[in-house]
Amino acid sequence: MTAIDPVTLAVLKGRLEQIADEMDATLYRSAFNPIIAEARDACHGLYHAETGATLVQGTKGLPIFVGAMAFAVKAVIDKVARDGGLEPGDTFLFNDPYDGGTHLNDFRLVRPIFRDGELFCWLASVGHWLDIGGNVPGGFNARATESFQEGVRIPPVKLFTKGVMNPDIVAILQANSRVPMSNFGDLNGQLNALDLGERRLRQLLDEVGDATVAAAFDAFSERAEALMRTAIAALPDGTYSFEDYLDNDGITDERLTIALDLTVAGDRMTLDFSRSSKPCAGPLNIAYSTAAACCYVALKHVFTDVPANAGCLRPITFVIPETTLLGVKAPKPVGGYTETILRVIGVVFGALAKADPARATAAPFGTINALSLAGHRADGSRWVMFSFFGGGLGGNPETDGLNHANNPISMATIPPAEILEAAYPVMFTQWALRPDSAGMGAHRGGFGAVYEVEALTDADVFLLGERGRFAPFGVAGGGSGALNRFVWHENGEERTPPMASKIADLKIRAGERVRLETPGGGGWGDPRERPPAEVARDVRLGFVAAEAAARDYGVVVSQDGHVDEAGTAALRKGVAA
Amino acid sequence: MTSGSIVGVDVGGTFTDLFYFDEAAGRFQTAKVPSNRGDEAVGFLEGLKTFGPVANLSSIVHGTTVGTNALLERKGARIGLITTQGFRDVLEMRRRDRKHTWGLWGDFVPVVDRDLRLEVNERTLADGTVRTALDPDEVREAARHLLTRGAEALAIVFVNAYANPQNELKALAAAAEVWPNGNVACSAQILPEIREFERTSTTALNAYLQPVVGSYLAKLDDALRSEGFTGPFHIVQSNGGVMSTATARRLPVRTALSGPAAGVIAAAAIAKAAGFPDVITGDLGGTSFDVSIVVDGETSLAAQTTIDFGLVIRTPMIEITTIGAGGGSIAHVDAGGLLQVGPESAGSRPGPVAYGQGNTRPTLTDANVVLGRINAERPIGGKLQRLDVEAARAAIARHVGEPLGLDPMSAAEAIVRVANAKMAGAIRLVSIERGHDPGRFAAVPFGGGGALHVGALIKDVGLKAALVPRYPGVTSALGCVIADIRHDQVQTVNLMLDGLDAPALDRRMTEEAMAARQVVETAGLSVERIDVLFELDMHYLGQTHTVSVPLPLTAGPEGTGLTEAVARDAFERAYQTSFSRLLPGVPVKIVNLRTAAVGRRPHFDLHALAPGRDASVEAARLGTRPVWFDGAWHEATIYARLDLPVGAVIRGPAILEQTDATTVVDPDLTARVDDLGNVIVERAAR
Repeated sequence: MTAIDPVTLAVLKGRLEQIADEMDATLYRSAFNPIIAEARDACHGLYHAETGATLVQGTKGLPIFVGAMAFAVKAVIDKVARDGGLEPGDTFLFNDPYDGGTHLNDFRLVRPIFRDGELFCWLASVGHWLDIGGNVPGGFNARATESFQEGVRIPPVKLFTKGVMNPDIVAILQANSRVPMSNFGDLNGQLNALDLGERRLRQLLDEVGDATVAAAFDAFSERAEALMRTAIAALPDGTYSFEDYLDNDGITDERLTIALDLTVAGDRMTLDFSRSSKPCAGPLNIAYSTAAACCYVALKHVFTDVPANAGCLRPITFVIPETTLLGVKAPKPVGGYTETILRVIGVVFGALAKADPARATAAPFGTINALSLAGHRADGSRWVMFSFFGGGLGGNPETDGLNHANNPISMATIPPAEILEAAYPVMFTQWALRPDSAGMGAHRGGFGAVYEVEALTDADVFLLGERGRFAPFGVAGGGSGALNRFVWHENGEERTPPMASKIADLKIRAGERVRLETPGGGGWGDPRERPPAEVARDVRLGFVAAEAAARDYGVVVSQDGHVDEAGTAALRKGVAA
Repeated sequence: MTSGSIVGVDVGGTFTDLFYFDEAAGRFQTAKVPSNRGDEAVGFLEGLKTFGPVANLSSIVHGTTVGTNALLERKGARIGLITTQGFRDVLEMRRRDRKHTWGLWGDFVPVVDRDLRLEVNERTLADGTVRTALDPDEVREAARHLLTRGAEALAIVFVNAYANPQNELKALAAAAEVWPNGNVACSAQILPEIREFERTSTTALNAYLQPVVGSYLAKLDDALRSEGFTGPFHIVQSNGGVMSTATARRLPVRTALSGPAAGVIAAAAIAKAAGFPDVITGDLGGTSFDVSIVVDGETSLAAQTTIDFGLVIRTPMIEITTIGAGGGSIAHVDAGGLLQVGPESAGSRPGPVAYGQGNTRPTLTDANVVLGRINAERPIGGKLQRLDVEAARAAIARHVGEPLGLDPMSAAEAIVRVANAKMAGAIRLVSIERGHDPGRFAAVPFGGGGALHVGALIKDVGLKAALVPRYPGVTSALGCVIADIRHDQVQTVNLMLDGLDAPALDRRMTEEAMAARQVVETAGLSVERIDVLFELDMHYLGQTHTVSVPLPLTAGPEGTGLTEAVARDAFERAYQTSFSRLLPGVPVKIVNLRTAAVGRRPHFDLHALAPGRDASVEAARLGTRPVWFDGAWHEATIYARLDLPVGAVIRGPAILEQTDATTVVDPDLTARVDDLGNVIVERAAR
């Protein structure tokens, strides 16, 4: 191995990250579907020639993909080992969730980079395509019991052989989507990103030499591993157990358990999910690679200094048996994978909070609330409004949780109401923060949101959400956030879905509304230690009811929104006693 | 044409820079005086008086950071917001983003508290239909309530007001009846563009700045008038154009990047005059490095900027990319053994270790001092007698050398290399990543520190050359003097291109053009002509990002000449440039109409800045000193930069010193003085 000096290493780190960042930016700008263009549901990086391990990631890629991509490249490496025939100019394509994928919408492109006839590394791109068939437009079929109801599944295939594209594969893809043009645009965007990444990488290799870059790859991994080991070693040895639940699988209204036993032994950590529920009938299952990837996301959110490459996973052992819903094989449905991985991330936060309260983050809102409304305009044309909705993040040792945030698995922004209203016959009657939704705490959770929308034509409504029965938890003495709620009215009566936050066959008439109230984050720390002035401010701003301030925080707030010092002192004393 | 004297004034955090130009005599003067934070008028007037009686000046143009600072430090006014029923939290909900990709901590406090955001019953649909009419009494009552709560300015933002401002304008009229000052505006006046968060944020930040910027400008104006000044007093906007103080008080949000924009304007003009139409400007300050690209003499504009997490301003601004690497950036070795420079900074106080003001952690400036690039005996700015080289070396040895196993000189060079790599990365970002070949571009460093690093930038990025303006420290003040007058407008139109009603859009363009022209005409500065520029934001139906489509049209007595074919042709050209592949058969949509009126200022002949005929290389030579390059000491020749004559050629290693900047010429580079007095640094001919 070529030794590499620390200064060259620092310089190369920036150069290589810039290549991955630029691949991300190329796809965002040229993608056709808003889930990539606006919500940035994509990721790019460089991967190890033999193992597929992540070498370099962009700094803006979708967090869950950052964790999952190494498995995607490994799937191609395994295929090549099986079938042979890897050549310069090849590019593989696939979306198989059971072999290095996540869910069917996420299409991976994987390309080998050869130098002097030898495989040097891989480049890969992943992006969320809008529609790949299945029973529900856009995926997220809450009623799926087999992968076949969720869309078309493509194993790793050669889209390009020696630089020549196989148009038949594109034709198959086009024929299996409700929006072939959108998918075609995204495919081209991903190819643009790979072309650009390859060009940039070759320039860099020519400039500084293959051996130096290879040495830098090794050094990055060793450095990430060292940082992760240091972080783990700082935690007290022991086993920390935490459990949380999913409402149901959309088919049977029974809760599903995600159970983690996290063991710290010196500078190694084991994440054992053996006590989790068995595979379920509905789409809330995930594959092993997805489970491991979301643990990586959780750890990265806690240990933010550890660089994003595979080295940081070396000190971690995963126990994710096939007998649980976290390690399923085909054709178990996985379309609702977002809900399950959010719960997995939550339990990692919960177990780590027990190990080190100074790094504790209370549960984020924990559901993507994939809501779609679909109908026909007056001219007969079909419309489908599809979006994910936000909620509150958890309180933490530093701050209150962020109000109305995106989920830890993504950096997606929400389309503005005006864009949705301009594109679809809908009118939002409320787009607001949801008072009283945050978990109480010395640092309370962030507030969730209320979205109420009126359909201007008759519409079918689909929702795949969670947290309707089990609220986002608090840590270190903090309280839970509010439950997710989805309501509509029939004959003047309020109705909610039998499966809490999942529904696939709701029909509403023009002029009728549905209302989604999303959870706030859990709270951090004893609410009675929250400064009374901050509690009074929350009351003054209409976020917390005066009764709740007295009951939960032991703070008496006067009519004009100020702290009643004497009343508060008495109340807090009484509460404490 | 006015012939008289114009002064550009750039008020920065530490210094106020002034550039005086006598248009008739072609004579200029520069000045630098300390800024008085909180009472900028004092330094401002003191600076002006160095050019004689203020009453004798004919016009003053000002680049200001008052707005920027008020935003960054959250020191704007207490304001109220009146909005549509159901939407009062838009400002606080943002676009459902978070601050960092990794790490979930941190919160956000909006500039208007929730109890000062009131809702009224009204609604307009996306197609402009008023579904619920407004009751003006409800607005008056809300406004009165906000006044009792101490609001000093009021923003009114209704959903879909971009499509039909009727309800908003009614509300504005009602609120104005009860509002005691002029600080009240609605979103249709500030930004009639789709996307409620961006429009609300821009309108609210405008209100937030209005009392602050308004009283600042009033104070300056009073001070100038009391000195007998009677000419126009203008402000540089973030788009690099000049506006009247009246417009600035109405649209203070457009001053957010006033100071930096003036610098880019001047750098672009200087470089173009010197034969370098394609440049990348770089301003190395205490905590950051700001870069901006100029292609074919034109600055590039961004449609919006984020001042800080959740603080979004959507108005055309010179696109400036900022990275956290400045002279005060602290170098350290992280837990994984990697050398990092910044983003933590020692700023200007306490500043680098060598300043002896209490900081013990080494900065980029300390590395430059230890390597001999900065003259320790003659510190820039003139506040300190000399710099403490030994303290800087000791700090570098302890915090960088020991952890990395490097001797102090190698450690200092490593700090500079890592900082150079970061700056090079920023330059790649705006050049290579936008499809420009860096080999065509020259770097133009301005501000204090950039010229120290030009050699590395040329070599690391493969730039053609670097051009160091004759007075890099007063570039922004010079920019104030030469900037055109400009007014930008945007209007969301949401029209399908197929079957476009071109005459209707043409009428709209003509109206927009007349309104924009009027703002420029009434600004009061002399201009040679007024150009009207049109741009459409367009995309394929279904996409969310748009491409900017410049139209080859202007407003004339017969209209603009717009047709569907002209718009389609322009769109396809712009789309192909961005993404190479057109999508035939997919419908195309026109989202926004952008109109700019630009009043072209009389040509400024930069030869006025050139050195006199009596200059000579020998007279400029100050001696030699050892400077560290590539692992060894080199005896570098030192020159007084301003004393070098036109045509002088200096081979590296050399250091060119002037009071506010130091230019380093690496051993393998050559510097020459062009006929405008700029220093051009290039690779040495072999």
